[in-house]
Amino acid sequence: MSTLHTVNKSPFDRNSLETCLRLAGKGNAVVLLEDGVYGAMQGSNASGMVEKAMSDVSIYVLGADMKARGVDESKIIDGIKVIDYKGFVDLTVENDKVNAWL
Amino acid sequence: MSDIKKFMYVNRTAPYGTIYAWESLEVVLIGAAFEQDVACAFVDDGVYQLVKGQDTSDLGIKNFSPTYAALGDYDVNKIYVEKESLEARGLTIDDLMDLKYEDEDDDWAEKDSIHVVTAAELADILEQQEVVFSF
Repeated sequence: MSTLHTVNKSPFDRNSLETCLRLAGKGNAVVLLEDGVYGAMQGSNASGMVEKAMSDVSIYVLGADMKARGVDESKIIDGIKVIDYKGFVDLTVENDKVNAWL
Repeated sequence: MSDIKKFMYVNRTAPYGTIYAWESLEVVLIGAAFEQDVACAFVDDGVYQLVKGQDTSDLGIKNFSPTYAALGDYDVNKIYVEKESLEARGLTIDDLMDLKYEDEDDDWAEKDSIHVVTAAELADILEQQEVVFSF
């Protein structure tokens, strides 16, 4: 069984990302979208936690939500993959369920 | 119904500040009424939903906490509480309601519905589900 996790809240507003990363299974995928994209940025109080989790999970960030918020790709943690809506759809198809961390 | 799926309801909010906890409980009962294989997880502030001694009489709103005790009658007896979330809030299982169910496969013996599990154990349990609802 594989799970796609989505996080749409800033890690500085809620603990959704922290709990998602704590409870995600090995090899799972995590998509950061909407305000969740701030969790993909380098050099923040949350980036250490995200970098540590990347040894167990694959992390993706939705480009359209980054662009809307002025978050440039150069500011994203190395290893996080920027995806478009098509990529997001592909991930939902590849995994057998979605766990949305609100 | 032949198509029984494993449904997991993940609860992460405290009971009265928002409507999520009550809504979740309603949806859990609906899922159980349709004879699905229902489990619940209580994580983060969601653990406050199960604290015993809730009394909303001074607020003029419904205290829905007694409803959790009815879950066993709907065959909802897989209630997982994350150990880390309890500990972070200074709580133990003794602070939670004593939820029981009668096991029809074991001569209706009364058993505990609440299982305190570690984050790693809960991650494995989440992996085994077919549908996850978040509240």
